[in-house]
Amino acid sequence: MRLQPRRSPSKPEFQVNLRKYIVLAGITLFAAAGDSLLSRGMKQVGSISLNHLQSAIFAILNPWVAAGIILLLAFFASYMTALSWADLTYVLPATSLGYVLLALVAKFALHEQVSPMRWAGIALIAGGVGFVAGGPSLTSHAHRERLEHLVEVDPAEISSEVEV
Amino acid sequence: MKHFYANLYTWSAILAVVFASVVGDVLLSRAMKQVGDVGALRRRRGLWTVIVRVLSNQNFVLGVAAMAVAFFSLLFALSWGDVSLVAPGAASLTFIGNAFAARIFLHERVDQRRWIAAVLVAGGVALLAG
Repeated sequence: MRLQPRRSPSKPEFQVNLRKYIVLAGITLFAAAGDSLLSRGMKQVGSISLNHLQSAIFAILNPWVAAGIILLLAFFASYMTALSWADLTYVLPATSLGYVLLALVAKFALHEQVSPMRWAGIALIAGGVGFVAGGPSLTSHAHRERLEHLVEVDPAEISSEVEV
Repeated sequence: MKHFYANLYTWSAILAVVFASVVGDVLLSRAMKQVGDVGALRRRRGLWTVIVRVLSNQNFVLGVAAMAVAFFSLLFALSWGDVSLVAPGAASLTFIGNAFAARIFLHERVDQRRWIAAVLVAGGVALLAG
């Protein structure tokens, strides 16, 4: 949400602009890339038993695992950013696009076989995301009113915010 | 009978994962709504303020704790059941659970559009791992 002066109430509420789509894309990319790197690293490290938890610490030393963790932290940061201006039920389908991305990477970069059932799954997820993306990003009025109370800035600052 | 108990354990662990991640998602979402648009806050007060406000938010701390519980329940579930059942099962039930929880606890307007999306995504995730 951009802090807008009240004089433009007719504009579609909390329209998701380009910067916000970049954050949503970041959620998808970081989750997919982080999971892949982590999975690749953990295959090198081997399975960790509950009796040897110290080996989990050594797993972090594996460069693939370390890179995966950094990307998953980036995922978490973008997820939190998105939740600061959009509904949970708006952001969550975006996180599922990561599965689609992984399947496409498997097919076109790794030349793995993608079964018809997986293509059907990809179609369902893509359809679901399309459904949500067409709607409003923030609907929780109770929270929004509270947000407007919480904003303690003077009007001069607000008007300098309306740049994008 | 042994099979039955193995299934029971697996499904209890899956439900624990779903419950903990729904609680975590709701708490994290509430926390971030309390903090407000972090992009605007960062431009106004700087990144450090954003980090301090997020990390000192009680709902955020509880939400991360719930996510940790979800993660460890997932480990237990994976040790009892097949990954091809546990991972998609937990993920798709979490989508449905979140739609309910967002409506009840976050007062989001989960309209027909979002219900259809939740069901489609849940089904799609289940198919992908199948």
